[in-house]
Amino acid sequence: MSLIDQTAVELLSNLTSGNLTSVELTGAFLDEIERRDGAVKAFLHVDADAAMAQADEIDRNRTAGKPAGRLAGMPVAVKDLLCTVDVPTTCASRMLENFCPPYDATVVARLKAADAVLIGRTNMDEFAMGGSCENSAFHPTHNPWDMDRIPGGSSGGAAACVAARMAPLSIGSDTGGSIRSPAAMCGVTGMKPTYGRVSRYGLVAFASSLDQLGPIAQTAEDTALLLEVIAGHDLMDSTSVDRPVPKYTETIGRLLEGLRIGIVPEHFGDALDDEVDAAVRESIRVYESLGATVKNISLPHGKYAVAAYYIIAPCEASGNLARYDGVHYGRRTDEHDSLIGMYSRSRSEGFGPEVKRRIMLGTYALSSGYYDAYYLKALKVRRLIRQDFDRAFDQVDLIVGPVAPTPAFKIGEKADDPLSMYLFDLYTVGTNLAGICGISIPCGISGAGLPIGLHLQAPTFEEERLLRAAAMFQRATDWHTRKPSPV
Amino acid sequence: MPISREQVEKVSLLGRLLFSDNELDKMTCQLSDILEYMDLLAEVDTEGVEPMAHALDISDVFRDDEVRPSLDREAALAGAPHRDDECYLVPAVLGEL
Repeated sequence: MSLIDQTAVELLSNLTSGNLTSVELTGAFLDEIERRDGAVKAFLHVDADAAMAQADEIDRNRTAGKPAGRLAGMPVAVKDLLCTVDVPTTCASRMLENFCPPYDATVVARLKAADAVLIGRTNMDEFAMGGSCENSAFHPTHNPWDMDRIPGGSSGGAAACVAARMAPLSIGSDTGGSIRSPAAMCGVTGMKPTYGRVSRYGLVAFASSLDQLGPIAQTAEDTALLLEVIAGHDLMDSTSVDRPVPKYTETIGRLLEGLRIGIVPEHFGDALDDEVDAAVRESIRVYESLGATVKNISLPHGKYAVAAYYIIAPCEASGNLARYDGVHYGRRTDEHDSLIGMYSRSRSEGFGPEVKRRIMLGTYALSSGYYDAYYLKALKVRRLIRQDFDRAFDQVDLIVGPVAPTPAFKIGEKADDPLSMYLFDLYTVGTNLAGICGISIPCGISGAGLPIGLHLQAPTFEEERLLRAAAMFQRATDWHTRKPSPV
Repeated sequence: MPISREQVEKVSLLGRLLFSDNELDKMTCQLSDILEYMDLLAEVDTEGVEPMAHALDISDVFRDDEVRPSLDREAALAGAPHRDDECYLVPAVLGEL
């Protein structure tokens, strides 16, 4: 097996034993980026010299017998919305095209402290708003399984670079499905941790009560490894939760005895593609064959999740994005006749259509006369959605279902229909509204050769359960080892 | 509920965004589609339900009031589109200087 096809756990063991240097490994992934990313376009920024210098320094430290971090020498790609000192952090927006932050996000600081090699910045929908990566102001990312199709979004580059073996590990963010959906479309493993599990400090904010950072990798084991490094309390984020981070990598091999799986019959309705339906049902049979029991459960308010989400998220976004005023950093227009004119023109030049649409939607829903009917109503429905999950988890350990209604669609297919794009998120937004955790794992390939994802959801802070369940599945199946054909 | 073109124009002012006539038409259509879909929420009985603004039941997270390192002025100003040695520069707020 070639170097770049190995899992992060295998690579780490070779780095630790001295069979492999970080310079060799980083070089191999940079070569693959050079060879392949011209077509996939998963990255917005790769500084090969800086990555190789970092790899070389880590190798030297190891040779000198200095203590090595948890990911010493391992390349990790980072979604382009995590502030990193002196590295462009654009959020795939013209607004931040030339922005180099003066500080590191906590997740970046943790990766650096773990001696990971930061190999590049991945493409995304602008400000993480979108589910296809088509809303990047710079270029769309292509699905490595079919170049005419979207890689999912908003962390499209993050998932595509792992699928195309241009990085072994990558960091994404998930506000309504933005890690899980692209993981499903690209045939990789991606987790949205519980709200508060990973610090959001230095994450460019979209919807602060929903945003959460998480790992994307080939396998559940690799996902556990990366989560262990990035999770934990942070004084710089008052919404990060102060509780110990379990040793996910130590428990992941343990079987979940007596696992109780819940399925939601409504998830298998008309919206669901037949092949996805079949793959998900077959996956549930795999769990049954491993000793799990399956029962139908009800999430009575599930059908309101998309409506509630697309009020709450834009409301929060309209506030968060008010900071882009052309004064402190980011784009400023050359032409203006007044302060307000400068604000409006700078923002209109800097933001793309989807970002503007969400600012408009949020501003409207928060405006006088509409606040109660939209925002407050959505927050009440959010409570009911959370209560549905709480009741369901009294009866089952995991909720299992599809991640997305269909495999990856064609680039441009939904470009002029924002509502249909929003409805594509119907299975994932509930996780964020409730603040629980979820993971997408590969569970099939469609007749057209496109990956299909399986969605597992667990109660708050049960990432360990998700990872063990995912690893159980991956020991029994080989979908996670499939990869797109090389170029 | 659909939204009128006039309302869209007013909201664009509040959101500090400028749109051309064509963009306003398109935005009115798209927002109306989306908002009509949101009408679905009206059928949910939310009588007596406490709004859930946040996933965590935590509030008032305090730390000791101690001085810690923070960004120095040069770093904080480094990304500013217009600045002098110590300040961000903005267009005159109160007419011509």
